[in-house]
Amino acid sequence: MSESRRQFLKIAGVSLAGAGCALPVARALASSAGKTPDGKQWAMVIDVGKCLEQEGCTACFDTCHAAHNVPSIDDIRHEVKWIWKEQYEHAFPEQAHAYTQTDLKGKPVAVLCNHCERPPCTRVCPTKATWKRESDGIVMMDMHRCIGCRYCMAACPYGARSFNFRDPRPFVDGMHDNFPTRTRGVVEKCNFCAERLAKGEQPACVLACQKQGARALAFGDLSDPNSEVRRILETAHTIRRKPGLGTNPNVFYVV
Amino acid sequence: MYDGGKIVMGLAAFIALAAFPVWYANASDESDQKPDLVLPSNETECIESTEFMRASHMDLLDDWRDAVVRDGEREYVATNGRKWDKSLSRTCLGCHGSRQQFCDECHNYLGVDLTCWQCHVAPEGN
Amino acid sequence: MLEKALKGSGKYWTLVGVLLVIITAGVLTYLRQLEQGLGITGLSRDVPWGFYIAQFTFMVGVAASAVMLVLPYYLHNFKAFGKMVILGEFLAISAVFSCMLFIFVDMGQPMRVTNVMLFPTPNSPMFWDMLSLFGYLGLNAVIAYVTFGAERKGIPPAKWIKPVIILSIPWAVSIHTVTAFLYAGLEARAFWMTAILAPRFLASAFASGPSLLILLALVLRRFTKFDAGDEAIQKLGQIVTYALAVSIFFFAVELFTVLYSDMPSHVSHLEYLFQGLEGKSALVPWMWTSQVLVVGALLTLLFPSNRKREGSLALACAAVIVGIWIEKGMGMIVGGFIPSTLHEVREYAPTGPELMITLGVYGIGALVLTVLYKIAVGVREETES
Repeated sequence: MSESRRQFLKIAGVSLAGAGCALPVARALASSAGKTPDGKQWAMVIDVGKCLEQEGCTACFDTCHAAHNVPSIDDIRHEVKWIWKEQYEHAFPEQAHAYTQTDLKGKPVAVLCNHCERPPCTRVCPTKATWKRESDGIVMMDMHRCIGCRYCMAACPYGARSFNFRDPRPFVDGMHDNFPTRTRGVVEKCNFCAERLAKGEQPACVLACQKQGARALAFGDLSDPNSEVRRILETAHTIRRKPGLGTNPNVFYVV
Repeated sequence: MYDGGKIVMGLAAFIALAAFPVWYANASDESDQKPDLVLPSNETECIESTEFMRASHMDLLDDWRDAVVRDGEREYVATNGRKWDKSLSRTCLGCHGSRQQFCDECHNYLGVDLTCWQCHVAPEGN
Repeated sequence: MLEKALKGSGKYWTLVGVLLVIITAGVLTYLRQLEQGLGITGLSRDVPWGFYIAQFTFMVGVAASAVMLVLPYYLHNFKAFGKMVILGEFLAISAVFSCMLFIFVDMGQPMRVTNVMLFPTPNSPMFWDMLSLFGYLGLNAVIAYVTFGAERKGIPPAKWIKPVIILSIPWAVSIHTVTAFLYAGLEARAFWMTAILAPRFLASAFASGPSLLILLALVLRRFTKFDAGDEAIQKLGQIVTYALAVSIFFFAVELFTVLYSDMPSHVSHLEYLFQGLEGKSALVPWMWTSQVLVVGALLTLLFPSNRKREGSLALACAAVIVGIWIEKGMGMIVGGFIPSTLHEVREYAPTGPELMITLGVYGIGALVLTVLYKIAVGVREETES
């Protein structure tokens, strides 16, 4: 073969290989669009004092788990929970101390995914099966895309994520068709009731807390200065979980 | 030819393995029953034409799931202008009723496994 | 060259047969895992990564260690490694392949694993891990094929392979660095978020990988006509010694930072591993055994007379492999998750099916290695006769 023909084939081969790589790269770059100027940021404020007034209340978790066909699995290794109660010392290890005030010490606090502003979970997901939605700041799960690698579970500083170690369906009490279940092998977590927000409704836990009487959960758009969450944040003393990590959680606690 | 016996045996094994999807699928009884679709009683038209749905319902559902989950876009405007909620369980099965009477009829005949119902909850009846 | 693997002695076919049995058992167990989910393992909501990822982490180090042969031989013309280089490259291929298998069996939805390529996410270290592992596999396969094929024909290899070989050197370092970056960038896991994690990984890799190579070379010398050469084995022994010393030093450095700063969130992980926490101490005997093995191996290897004697060299190498396997595998991975992010101590132990699947993956890796080494032995016997 002549030298020029060989040169041509070499260049053609390399160009083809390069073009082949271009498509996924282009797609990756295209999807990193900036935040829309009128993007919301949903946030929640949990008034711990008000919540504790209703001793033994489980309205928020019961309603959430029922609304989303979340399985109840006894084996603690395979537990799936979107919102649950955690002892104050475990929820706020950086703030709790030996002389924590009596009305907080050892008390249960509702914890859930914080839908952080800088979520480490979305940073590590290799398929963008979990990502932070630009339109409303919700850290979403795409169950169709999740490969079940559980990297996000390793990255979450709050233990907010659960994995389906087995088929959840046998453990779903009262399965209904208003919301899908999940299947074995995918990660799930609180989604701030994105499906209800899309219809202009409040999240299930917030509504349940209002109905059951404690009225401890407030929900709203952080970027709207007139929202309920902003009003509370302006006057009440609030803390967040593990603030030193810089994740900027969007779930605030009035303590 | 050299090692003729081994070559023929190897070829036969290879063909059997390669054709596995064909003869395994045809071995089940389901594949003999031609689809017997029960059409919905409450609507006369699907969201799009039958030809379109036959050819592209999988692409449509793919688009829907990305639109709903990833973009938060839940409204589907059909070619005839009618608006629908992008939901497999509520819109599609809202008319077509049970998956056994509709989806499974064709899918079992063709041997195409569905993973939708591992997560999506199919309403019963209708 | 593959035909070399199809003709062998009774011992060879027995080995292949045993491996096939192990692999079959592993595959059948994996099918059960596919059906029932990862719940048949010991993994939990608090410890989502366990034995499979531990094996992956260890084997990535073994794969990277081929560079300890490639660099001196190809970059610095260290002729003594000439006969052994192919063993390192073949081990790298088998090790990387088993790494990928370990990741695959760990996935909750393995059928969707191509999503990592269909939806490239440059901000995820796992994406880069996938790229670097595939790249390393390809590199080593091409290098081994071209150089060994040329050796068989008795001619020097094509000139274009030289830059490919040079590329494999930083690439080897990168595969293990990227693996370390999987862990070292997570602010949620204080035990892992240390800059020295990647250097620790590399040092322990360069101690355990060449140790395995030494053992394999000794085995080949015992059972076949393939002799890597005393000088090569001795030089590798020196490399293991230095790498081990550095690895132990890096661990000591980590101990100082954690223990002297005395931050409970950091200390608690070491406490769990080496003393037990809240009455839970399943890993304590393992961790201390690992330290004894590793320090004992170093003290042995420091003396050239011990390295020269095959028996003590082999024993020390085995100790290095087991010690680092424990420390890097179970110690590092599981230790990162206990205590959990909510400061709870929930232990992890692999289950029977989990171990069987692991054995199956190792069986596949060992089979690949057996076939490749059989080819190497066969071609060497051919060219030397």
